[in-house]
Amino acid sequence: MNDLLREFLTEANENLDVVDVELVRFEREPNNADLLGRIFRLVHTIKGTCGFLGLPRLEALTHAAETLMGKFRDGMPVTQDAVSLILAVIDRVKEILAELDRNAAEPDGDDDDLIRELERTAFGATGAAEVEGHSVGKLVYQVLERPLRPGEVSLDELERAFRETPGPQSEPAEERRQPIAERRGDERRETSGRTPTLRVQVDTLERMMTMVSELVLTRNQLLEIMRRSENPELNAPFQRLSAITGELQEGVMKTRMQPIGNAWAKLPRVVRDLSAELGKKIELVMLGEDTELDRQLLEHIKDPLTHMVRNSADHGIETPEERRAAGKPEIGTVTLSAFHEGGLVIVEISDDGRGLDSARIRAKAIELGLVSEAEAESLSDSQINRFIFAPGFTTAAHVTNVSGRGVGMDVVKSNIDQIGGEIEIKSIPGRRTTLRLKIPLTLAIVSALIVEAAGDRFAIPQIAVLELVHVDGDSEHKIERIKDAAVLRLRDQLVSVTHLDALLRLSTQADPAGEHFVVMMQVGGRRFGVVVDRVLHTEEIVVKPMSAALRSLSVYSGNTILGDGSVIMILDPNGVGSAIGGHAEANVVQEVANEVAPVEDADSSVSLLVFRAGTADPKAVPISLVTRIEEIDAQKIEFSNGRHMVQYRGGLMPLLPVNADVRVRTEGTQPLLVFIDKERSMGLVVDEIVDIVNDRLDIQVGSRAAGLLGSAIVDGRATEIIDVAHYLPLAFEDWLHRSETTLENLTNRVLLVDDSSFFRNLLSPVLKAAGFDVKTAASGQEALTLLERDTRFDFIICDVEMPLMSGFEVAERLRANPRTAAIRLIALSSIHSAAAIDRGREAGFDRYIAKFDRGGLLETLREPQLKWARAA
Amino acid sequence: MNSSLHEVEYVTATIGEQLFGLPIARVLDVFSPDRLTRVPLAAPDIAGVLNLRGRIVTAIDMRKRLDLAPLSKSEKSMAIGVEYLGESYGLLVDQVGEVLKLPSSSCDPVPVNLGPLWARLATGVHRLDGKLMVVLDVDRIFERHAENLAA
Repeated sequence: MNDLLREFLTEANENLDVVDVELVRFEREPNNADLLGRIFRLVHTIKGTCGFLGLPRLEALTHAAETLMGKFRDGMPVTQDAVSLILAVIDRVKEILAELDRNAAEPDGDDDDLIRELERTAFGATGAAEVEGHSVGKLVYQVLERPLRPGEVSLDELERAFRETPGPQSEPAEERRQPIAERRGDERRETSGRTPTLRVQVDTLERMMTMVSELVLTRNQLLEIMRRSENPELNAPFQRLSAITGELQEGVMKTRMQPIGNAWAKLPRVVRDLSAELGKKIELVMLGEDTELDRQLLEHIKDPLTHMVRNSADHGIETPEERRAAGKPEIGTVTLSAFHEGGLVIVEISDDGRGLDSARIRAKAIELGLVSEAEAESLSDSQINRFIFAPGFTTAAHVTNVSGRGVGMDVVKSNIDQIGGEIEIKSIPGRRTTLRLKIPLTLAIVSALIVEAAGDRFAIPQIAVLELVHVDGDSEHKIERIKDAAVLRLRDQLVSVTHLDALLRLSTQADPAGEHFVVMMQVGGRRFGVVVDRVLHTEEIVVKPMSAALRSLSVYSGNTILGDGSVIMILDPNGVGSAIGGHAEANVVQEVANEVAPVEDADSSVSLLVFRAGTADPKAVPISLVTRIEEIDAQKIEFSNGRHMVQYRGGLMPLLPVNADVRVRTEGTQPLLVFIDKERSMGLVVDEIVDIVNDRLDIQVGSRAAGLLGSAIVDGRATEIIDVAHYLPLAFEDWLHRSETTLENLTNRVLLVDDSSFFRNLLSPVLKAAGFDVKTAASGQEALTLLERDTRFDFIICDVEMPLMSGFEVAERLRANPRTAAIRLIALSSIHSAAAIDRGREAGFDRYIAKFDRGGLLETLREPQLKWARAA
Repeated sequence: MNSSLHEVEYVTATIGEQLFGLPIARVLDVFSPDRLTRVPLAAPDIAGVLNLRGRIVTAIDMRKRLDLAPLSKSEKSMAIGVEYLGESYGLLVDQVGEVLKLPSSSCDPVPVNLGPLWARLATGVHRLDGKLMVVLDVDRIFERHAENLAA
């Protein structure tokens, strides 16, 4: 094959991929002359080169396609059929190109079928070209929201019939053509300043990358030697070497970077074809196409992405009828987005379809023997949903030729695992399914944490590390045990932890009660801790594959040579996670923390624990109030003195049914919500823990019923929000009287200052429901008086516009008083100008929030305290 | 037929009390295994991994592989570098001896009463003056690991 032909093949294939995408766009935006111009040019280029190279078949085919596109350009209406036809042509061209690639000659046969069809469309009976002169004007392409029924005429045909009938003078055609000519001129100017490019074989880049990786390693080794040697002469040249190595590494990596849009190029076509095939209306939205990542990684995620998008289109998006019935827009949207976050590339595939059917996944998981019925019962929906990644898993009632939901999701997962990536899944029934991929920027070099356990060192890729927690006998964090399971209290969560030496069956030398570090890791939405003796440092490592003799060990992903020349094993977070999972199943405690899925609408949501008690209606409580979720053996429940009790953590814990309809079980396991305050604990008896959801907490209907704050829409359903404060005194009559501070310690205290009683009454239940203890004041003066007696508030939320004493003045006074200066101050205002915000900051407010932005207020109250550290 | 055509060169090594020979064509180098990193959870005969001039070599403890008692702590083993399916391995032996050029005529088949473990790893036995040298089949050494992999 000569160079000219090879060059042509490469270029033509690239061009065709672009044409594919552009055509699908064009179908939706038939009036976009730019787009048409680009498509036309690409096809024209291919045609021209074919003639030059003597490829008659290709030339004839592209010529016919070009003619049809020329008609579009002249104003012929763009129909779905016509675009399908051109897409078919593109497919044929690709076939011929593939054959050319193999045999350096066009295959036998002809394309008369397509060419005839093209000509028929271009010069068809409608005679669009002739009527163009007076049919243009304000012609708008009209789309019927469903396929034509037999006997029906398309809107365009109808339109044309109207226009062909003599009528008032239409506007001259030039007016419409003019802008196109201008725009084309613009584009030519744009492209003239292109920087010259050079095609380089991928192999060459790969070799360079390998060499650079080795260079980085050698540099690291040198660095290690430099640390020990005292020769100052070496410093300057070494630093230079180090800098150049770094630049070289970056430069070579850059050559391998490609926009992720390259991997998406085929998707618009895939979705278009699928919509036609499935009779659905699907729009594919692509965001962040320019996000770059290593081409090797791109290759790895290309197929998984296509698969996931197909799945979303096939199983996520409902038919137009179903969508209408559910009150959704007919057109379903599949959103593909990519962006950089913390040295990783995040790719999300999200559809606004029906969400995952957890019940069916549960049933199928049991049927396939992945989980026992009893275990499945205790798993939350989000845990259940992860079964779609199990090999051979599909819940599709009918397997379409597109995909059965889950067919190949295991392959997707293993592809992502292979490149050290992660996949998370989040589904809101009836609303949305989101798959989130976390992908390292590059495969070759990863940043790793070097840790030590039982005297051996191991590398943990930082992609999986969430945080490090220091534990020892007297520190804030310590490892506790439930039977044999080690757990760690981390903020308001309970996390299962495993000692790395035990996991790897190394003989422990370290004192178990002594100093340790917990490496908090997250794999696919599951969070766990690995306890190590020491954390040494972080290092850029080049992952080298293990020899075959070691490859069966799933806890390692490879090995590497460290700067000091020694070999170290790299732990595979996935493997470690599943090794721990094996132990964790015996746990009594459900890991609440793991279940908190990534917050979808971070601006306004609250984590709520949804459960059922007594009635079928869901009930919820803010998760921040719940200390633990337990499942206890029902036989351990005792009944004495007219109430249910259970021995819990060395004491007797009273159990209270949420309402009179809840029956305390006598066999099996009994789910409980445990609330602990100091040495006192109370178990709230519920029938079933349903899920943990992030949602807005807007109490829409208040309640006078004891134990209920009111009702809110949670996860699309009316849900009763229970009032924990109601139950505490029932469990211990003296819980509240014993000490004023008890309840207050359980929650954060908020002082709400607003002159409008309407706002006070509006906001305080919301704050209470979100787990805050709320006091109110009707004026600045009242607030200051109250604060003289009681300063133990975590937050003061203050209206800015108040008579007599404005919010600014209140803030200034509070800041001036050392007793109140540290309380976090939030301004509420209906004026939201930059000047007002500045004024607020000057006065001493930490945050400035619009008066009706309840979500923003709640979110602000939940910000970690650290973020509040003020510049002053 | 000239008997020299049938001569094979062996790198000899002692493991336990026994003299072994490896066909020289399979031996890449002989080195002293320094700074061995053990690999927890690996098969018992995997001694660990080490850095040999920038390559990562998986070391196999031949005493364990042959079901012999471990070397005493004070003694230091040597390593014979070999390649298997494109990957580098080091076979840990007690000592590496001289290279012997032996006529195939002095090679006998593996005695039937050798025991299955050794019999699998041996291709024959050379009668030397005063002692016997077991010829090791390098590929067979790795077969069990390959089986593990398939499992």
